[in-house]
Amino acid sequence: MMSKMKALVCRECGKEYPTKAIHVCEMCFGPLEVKYNYEEIKKAISRKKIEDGPHSMWRYIDLLPVEGTNFVGPHAGFTPLVRAKNLGSYLGLDELYIKNDTVNHPTLSFKDRVVAVALTRARELGFETVACASTGNLANSVSAHAAAANLHCYVFIPGDLEAAKVLGNLIYKPHVVEVDGNYDDVNRLCSEIAGEHGWAFVNINIRPYYAEGSKTLAFETVEQLGWKTPDQVVIPMASGSLLTKIWKGLHEMKALGLIDNVRTKINGAQAEGCSPISTAFKAGRDFFKPVKPKTIAKSLAIGNPADGYYALKATAESKGSMDMVTDEEVVDGIKLLAQTEGIFSETAGGVTIGVLKKLVKQGVIKKNEVTVAYITGNGLKTQEAVINSVGRPVRIQPSLVHFEKTFKMGKNGGGGA
Amino acid sequence: MAHLRFHVRFPEDKVKEPIIYQIGREYNIVTNVRRADVRETTGWIDVELSGDTAEIERAVAGLRTKGCIVDPIELNVVE
Repeated sequence: MMSKMKALVCRECGKEYPTKAIHVCEMCFGPLEVKYNYEEIKKAISRKKIEDGPHSMWRYIDLLPVEGTNFVGPHAGFTPLVRAKNLGSYLGLDELYIKNDTVNHPTLSFKDRVVAVALTRARELGFETVACASTGNLANSVSAHAAAANLHCYVFIPGDLEAAKVLGNLIYKPHVVEVDGNYDDVNRLCSEIAGEHGWAFVNINIRPYYAEGSKTLAFETVEQLGWKTPDQVVIPMASGSLLTKIWKGLHEMKALGLIDNVRTKINGAQAEGCSPISTAFKAGRDFFKPVKPKTIAKSLAIGNPADGYYALKATAESKGSMDMVTDEEVVDGIKLLAQTEGIFSETAGGVTIGVLKKLVKQGVIKKNEVTVAYITGNGLKTQEAVINSVGRPVRIQPSLVHFEKTFKMGKNGGGGA
Repeated sequence: MAHLRFHVRFPEDKVKEPIIYQIGREYNIVTNVRRADVRETTGWIDVELSGDTAEIERAVAGLRTKGCIVDPIELNVVE
C-alpha cells in the first residue's frame, strides 16, 4: 500500500508540501493540515478491522498521520462513553452521553491523544528533543510521554504560573523553562524558538500531526454508539482545534463508508471570561476579535485562538450553535456532573455542562436527540476552582450515640443528616 | 538577515491609517504582506518582516504603540 499520507496541504490556498515538520504555507502563511490518500485507506479500513484493533485510539491508525506502529503513548484513548441517565433526566434529555476523557492515559486529559500522535510522528521524523508552550494539561502530557519515550523535553511556562501546575511537570523531569514574562511574552518567544531550533514543538511545527489526534474522539463516539453519529455534540473550545477535528473525523468516516451519513450538529462551549469564538458566533460574524482571558477555566483561556475561524465555519456548516457561561456556572456544571454521574471534571468540563444546560433550555438541543458532551480533563487538576463551594465534612464525636443523633437514626437504620 | 512572520490586527479606529507603509519608513525593515482581510470596522494582515532581528523587534514595538495587536503567525501557541 502506498503511504496513507499524501501531503501537508494549506487550509487557505491548497498548496501542497511534503509530510515534514512544517506548519505554515510559504505562499500565503495559512496553516497546514494532513491530506490523506482516502482511496487507499478505503481499501484497508473496515469496521471489523477497527473492532479487532487495540483497546486504545491506535485502533484508528489508518486515519492517523504516522507511518509505523512504534507508538509513543500506546494506551491513549478509547475512554468510556458513559450513558448519563441521571444528568439526562435532570436536564430533560432522553439519551445523553458523556465522553469521559477525565480518565485518559497517562495524564488524565484529552491532550494525551494529540501528544501521542505528535511524539510518535516527531520520533518518526528523527527528532530527539520535543517541546511545548503550556500552562497546564499539554505540558503534563508532553512531559510524561517524553519521559516514557526517552526524548529530551523542554516545557515553557509563564513566570507567574501557580506552583501546583509547575509540580505536575517537574515530576517527569523535563527542562521546565520559566519565562520571565506574561502569556504573550512566552507565546512570542516559543514561536521564535520553534523557528530557530531543530526541535519538535508539538503545537507549533508538529501541529498538523498533533491536531489530528483529536479526530479519535469522533471515531470512538461513533463506534461506541454502535456505528451511529450523535444528533448533537457539545465541545469545549480553546484554540477551536478540537471542534474542527471532531467535525473532520465524522466526515472522514462517511467518506470511507464506515457510516452512511453525518447528521451531527456541532456546538461549541466557552467561558464568558474568554469567549472570542462564541461571541463572534452569537454576533453572526465569521471572524473573531482577540480578548485578554479572565476566567477560572484556564485550560480554555486562549484569547487569540488559532482555529477560531475554522471552528466558526464547522459549526455553521453543521447548523450547530455556540454559547458561553459565567465562572459561577462553570463551578455549578462541575458539581452537577459529579453529583449526577460521579465524574469529577476540571473547569473545561464545567464549561461544557454549563453550555449543554443552556442549549437544552434554549430548545437548541431537544429531548429526543442523541447528545454527547465531551469532558476533556480531570477535576483533580483544578481543585482550587471548587474548593470553596463543596461544603465541609460533618464532624462528630467518636461515639455511636453521637453518630446516630447527628444523622437522626433509630436502632434499625434509616434517617439522614 | 532575519525573516519573522506575524499576524497583525488593526483596531477599528486604525483601519484607515497606512500603518504598514509607516512602519516600513520608520524602521529599517522590509514588509511583505501575504494575506489580509481589511473591512470597514476591522482588519488583519499576515506579514513577513525582514531585517536585523533587533530592528524587527523595534518595528513590532512600534506597531503596538500605534494600537495594533501583534501576534506570531501561529496566534496563541501556549495551551
